[in-house]
Amino acid sequence: MSQRHIIQVFEQYQKSRMQFVQTVADLASRPQNIEMLQNAGVMSMLRPLMLDVVPSIQQTAALALGRLADHSDDLAEAVVKEDILPQLVHSLASQNRFYKKAAAFVLRAVAKHSPELSQAVVACGGVDALVLCLEEFDPGVKEAAAWALGFIARHNALLSQSVVDAGAVPLLVLCLLEPEMALKRIAASTLSDISKHTPELAQTVVDCGAIAHLAQMILNPDAKLKRQVFSALSQISKHSVSLAEMVIEAEIFPAAVACLRDPDEYVRKNVTTLMREVVKHTPELSQVIVNCGGMAAVIDYLGNCRGNLRLPAIMMLGYVAAHSENLAMAVILSKGVPQLALCLSEESEHHIKAATAWSIGQIGHHTPEHAKAVATAHLLPKLLELYMDANSSEDLQAKSKKALKSVLQKCTYLPGLEPLLYDVPSNILKHVVCQFSKVLPHDSKARRLFVTSGGLKKLQEIEAEPGSLLQEHINAINSCFPEEIVRYYSPGYSEVLLERLENYQPA
Amino acid sequence: DMAELLKIKSEAEDFQSEYFYRNSQAEEKRQKENQAATQIQSWFRACKVRAYFSHLHKKAVIIQKIWRGFTARARFRQMVKAAYFIMKMNFYEEMAVRIQRRWRGFFVRKYIHNFYARKSYLEGLFRKNELVRRELDELEELQKRERDCLEMVKEQTAKVYQAYRLHHLLSTKQCPGVFNSPFRSAPHEMEQLLRQVKYQAPTRLAPGGRACLLGMPGPAAPSFSGTLGSPWIKTTQTRCSSRPILPPIGSKKQQVRW
Repeated sequence: MSQRHIIQVFEQYQKSRMQFVQTVADLASRPQNIEMLQNAGVMSMLRPLMLDVVPSIQQTAALALGRLADHSDDLAEAVVKEDILPQLVHSLASQNRFYKKAAAFVLRAVAKHSPELSQAVVACGGVDALVLCLEEFDPGVKEAAAWALGFIARHNALLSQSVVDAGAVPLLVLCLLEPEMALKRIAASTLSDISKHTPELAQTVVDCGAIAHLAQMILNPDAKLKRQVFSALSQISKHSVSLAEMVIEAEIFPAAVACLRDPDEYVRKNVTTLMREVVKHTPELSQVIVNCGGMAAVIDYLGNCRGNLRLPAIMMLGYVAAHSENLAMAVILSKGVPQLALCLSEESEHHIKAATAWSIGQIGHHTPEHAKAVATAHLLPKLLELYMDANSSEDLQAKSKKALKSVLQKCTYLPGLEPLLYDVPSNILKHVVCQFSKVLPHDSKARRLFVTSGGLKKLQEIEAEPGSLLQEHINAINSCFPEEIVRYYSPGYSEVLLERLENYQPA
Repeated sequence: DMAELLKIKSEAEDFQSEYFYRNSQAEEKRQKENQAATQIQSWFRACKVRAYFSHLHKKAVIIQKIWRGFTARARFRQMVKAAYFIMKMNFYEEMAVRIQRRWRGFFVRKYIHNFYARKSYLEGLFRKNELVRRELDELEELQKRERDCLEMVKEQTAKVYQAYRLHHLLSTKQCPGVFNSPFRSAPHEMEQLLRQVKYQAPTRLAPGGRACLLGMPGPAAPSFSGTLGSPWIKTTQTRCSSRPILPPIGSKKQQVRW
């Protein structure tokens, strides 16, 4: 009788423990309760329950702890301070898969807040334990372990290096091949986080054959997976020419261009980021992308999206045009300049405008043909306006001034230059006048146009210091025209005429 | 005798004095005469030597003249050869420059700055861009249509499931159902669905074991593929299952309504 009674006591205690832990786990899933749970001292309560005999209580306690730590970094720090991590790591090796999932969840929740917490996780051997989890059969365990490793590696290069040293990368590449979609996503995202820091880490990822598998997944219909795949490929290719070439050799390009019409906007953004990272290294790589029709797709993408999503596409156009004048001509042919003009007028953020101004400068500075394309899109007055605007940030002003100067130095399209004679600061004016002085001596129709449009008049009104470059150019232009015309347009000529009239005595 | 002796003595004395006088004179003049003799001899020797030198000189001049002429002519011949060589080289170089000029112009125009290649490349690029744009548009269109199709299938399945759950709202002869209000000109589509839904009493057998083909005309699905996976819609055709499905034991007689 008393034996059953005693056993009943223990069973009751176990039931109440289970109930407590389950309720805490449920409460912890809602953010508003967490404050109160913390004040009630839930951390110290959960800690002994994690060492409980019954496995399901352990698992639920770990799950509750994970949810708490996920929510705020104070709680995560409390987890670290209470020395829960070492016992968690220790038991990771021995327990069943639900416990492993919950423990990996706790490690992830702790590591995500800051590099110091991740360092604490690494210091108690968390990384090795997680890598062991990656060898399990159960996909849920692998996903939790990969996610935790991803959060650890995200913070800085040292932590990524410790993840790589534990041998995580080959296992992650194997995870990429698993059929479960969530596991593939997480594996791709972790590889992306590892390879983003330094070229050596990216090289390690590439050496395990990641690129081929990532390339195969490009045509997968799942949007989130594609986001991560493109992000991983762009982080790999951004470091050096050889890595970018390896990414290109995987023949992703005609397929990736098709993904530029994906309904998910982050997929499109990541594709353009990948293109930008590849294009910025050498002209040959840019040539590959231009040849498979990437330009047209990117420019259409620019037309369809707004805001910060445009930035990688704009920078990609700038990088392509910067390499050579052939590529810049390709950008112009693909109707890039009107699109960039639209971007400039529609966007309000200064850093996007600065990037657009830079790209325009890169396109226009090669030859007079390119400068003419820029001038006919009425971009020169816009750039001037950006430069003169007092509200523009310094970066924007500097970039628009540089772009304006570089385009002006090659521009021979006079109708485009005319509006720039009015209300410009003298450092821009001297370039404009210089261009006029180069073209006018040779072209009579241009001279006629210059006079009739009022340009000569405006020119006379410019006051320049004698002997300065500006004065020399003005003199050069004046010498292209007959003296009477120059005198006619010089300011104060009407007074001179009237004076002559007064002094005139009819014979 | 004495006089001759005296004369001889005086002559001897005179002779002595003369002899002494002449010796002393000679002594005095010896220096001068010696000097004079030396001078004459030296002058004569000098003349001899000068004559010899001038002879030698003339001969040396002749030799040098001949030698210089020889050397100069040799040098001149050399200079002529060199000048000829230089002229030849200039000619060759000029010809080589012409060849190189032509070649470089050709090479640059063909391989480095090929205008026509660039033009055709840009044209090709333009066409390729157009092509890519069109293909991407088509692809997008296709994908959009697929997605819309899937959406519609999902919606329709959901509606049919709802009708299955709401089968009890079907209107009877006595009492019009919720969806068949007398104030409406025609019954609501839910009413049509309800009429078409076949009620099955819940059996322990999973309804997925019954393979039913559906020929239901979807009311608002024009581009339907027509295969709904729902097992609840009545068929106008006979059920073509691979094996005969036995009715569940103990089920009530099912009401089949149109």
